[in-house]
Amino acid sequence: MSLTTALARLLIFPGLLFAVPAAWFFLWVERKAVALMQGRIGPPFMQPFYDFIKLLGKNTPPREGVGGLLMKAWPLLAVSSAAGAVALLPVLPSSGGFEGDLILLLALLEVPSMCIIAAGFSSRSIFGEIGSAREAVLSVSYNVVFLLAIVSIAASQHTFRLEALAQLPSSPLRWLGVLAILVCLPAKLHLNPFSLPNAEQEIYSGPMTEYAGPELAMWELSHGLEWVAATGLVATLAAPHVTLGWLAILIFVALCFAIVLLLSVIASATARLAIDTTVRFYWQCTLIFAVLAISSAIFMRFRS
Amino acid sequence: MNLWNRLMCYSRRRSPWLFHMNGGSCNGCDIELIASLTPRYDAEQLGVRLEGSPRHADILCITGPITHNAVGAIKTVYDQVLGPKGVVAIGSCPATTNVFIDSRTLDGPLNKHLAVDVFVPGCPPRPDAIILGIAKAAEILAERAAKKLPIAPVVMPLVGPGCGDGCPCAPATDSSSSEVQA
Repeated sequence: MSLTTALARLLIFPGLLFAVPAAWFFLWVERKAVALMQGRIGPPFMQPFYDFIKLLGKNTPPREGVGGLLMKAWPLLAVSSAAGAVALLPVLPSSGGFEGDLILLLALLEVPSMCIIAAGFSSRSIFGEIGSAREAVLSVSYNVVFLLAIVSIAASQHTFRLEALAQLPSSPLRWLGVLAILVCLPAKLHLNPFSLPNAEQEIYSGPMTEYAGPELAMWELSHGLEWVAATGLVATLAAPHVTLGWLAILIFVALCFAIVLLLSVIASATARLAIDTTVRFYWQCTLIFAVLAISSAIFMRFRS
Repeated sequence: MNLWNRLMCYSRRRSPWLFHMNGGSCNGCDIELIASLTPRYDAEQLGVRLEGSPRHADILCITGPITHNAVGAIKTVYDQVLGPKGVVAIGSCPATTNVFIDSRTLDGPLNKHLAVDVFVPGCPPRPDAIILGIAKAAEILAERAAKKLPIAPVVMPLVGPGCGDGCPCAPATDSSSSEVQA
C-alpha cells in the first residue's frame, strides 16, 4: 500500500469522510430503534449531528497540570485510533491491505476502550473510577472470547490479512466465529445488557462524568466510529465475496445497518445485568463457543 | 450571523440536554418531569436527553421550594453546568415557594439565588407544559448565546387538563402575552 492510497483510505473512504457521517447515522439508528421499540417517534435524523455541533460550542472546565493535559488527550487518542481501525476495513475489493492488518485492526479497536479506562481514572471522579474499573473487568472478560474467535477464523484460513479473509469462501467454522464476535459486540459498544461502564443513572455517566463540551463531543464521535469499525469487521467477515465495487459497498453498508439494528433491538429489549453476572456469562457460557471454534480450527489445520 | 453561528444556534435549540435537580420538592414535579420523557410524551423528538452528570447538561431543571440544605448544592451544580446554560424552574414551588411560603426551613424562591430563564407554573405542571418550557428555554439559550443578551425570565402559560383548540399549550400561542400568576 503506497502512502497516497493509505492517506486516501484514512481520510476519504472508508476513513473519516465516510466514517464520520456513518458514525452519526449509526448513533441515530441506535436511538431510533430504541424509540420505535418503546412505541415512540424518537429523535430526528440529524440529532447526533446537532448534538455534536452543540457540544463543540460549549465551554470546557479549566484543567490544570499533567492530569488535565491527559484528560484532553484521551478523547483525541480514542477518536484517531477508531478512525484508523475504520480505515483498515477492506470494503472495496482489491483495495490493498498488508499481511497482518487484522492484528493492527484489533489493536486499534482496543485503544478506545483503554482510553475510556484511563480517562475515568484520570478524571479523579468517584463515578469515573467505578466506571473505569467496570470497563477494565468487562474488557478482560469479552476480549478472551473476541480474540479467540478472530484467531480461530484467521488460523483456519492460514492468514492474518483482512482482504484475503474476506475473499475466502465461508465455512461453518467461520459462522461460529462470527457468532462469537456478535455476542461480544454489545459489551464492546457498551450496550444493554452489558452497558455497565457507562450505566446511566446508576453511576451517573461512568468514566465520562467529568467530561464536557468538545471533549465529550470527541467521546461521542469515538463511540460512533467504534460502531462503524466493529460492525464493519463483522460485515467484512460475513459478506459474500463480489468483484463489483459499488455492489461490494452496498452489501457492506446493508450488512452494517442490519447488525446495528439487531444490536439496538437487543439493547432495548433487555435490562442491564450486574457485573458478576456479565463476567460469568462471558467466562462460562460464551467461552465454550470460542474454545470450540479455536480447537476445530487447530484440528482442521492439522488435517489439511 | 455567519453560517457557523447560525448552525450553532440551530443545534443548541435542537439539542437541550437536561440535568434534574430536586430543591426540596414533594416529588410531584419530579414525577411529571420524568413523565415528559416517557413514550407517551416523547420529549426526545426535540432532542431532549436526561443526563446523569451536570457537566453534560445545557439546561438545569429545578423543582421544589429550595430548602436551606439545597441552596449550597444547587449553587455547586449550577457552577458545574458549563455555559451556555439555562435554568428552568418546574412547578409553582421554585417560583413562589407555593404553600410552603414563610416556612423557616426554606430559603426560596429560586430566583433569589440563580438567574432563572423559564418558570413553568403548576402544582404539579403537566408534562406538556414542562416540554413547552424546556423548548422555550432551549430557544432562549441559543439566542442569548448568539447575541449576548441579558437574562430575562419568562413565565410559561398554565396548561390544564382537557386542552382544546384555544388552549395555551397549542404551539402557535405567544407565551409572553399570556403570563399567568402562579
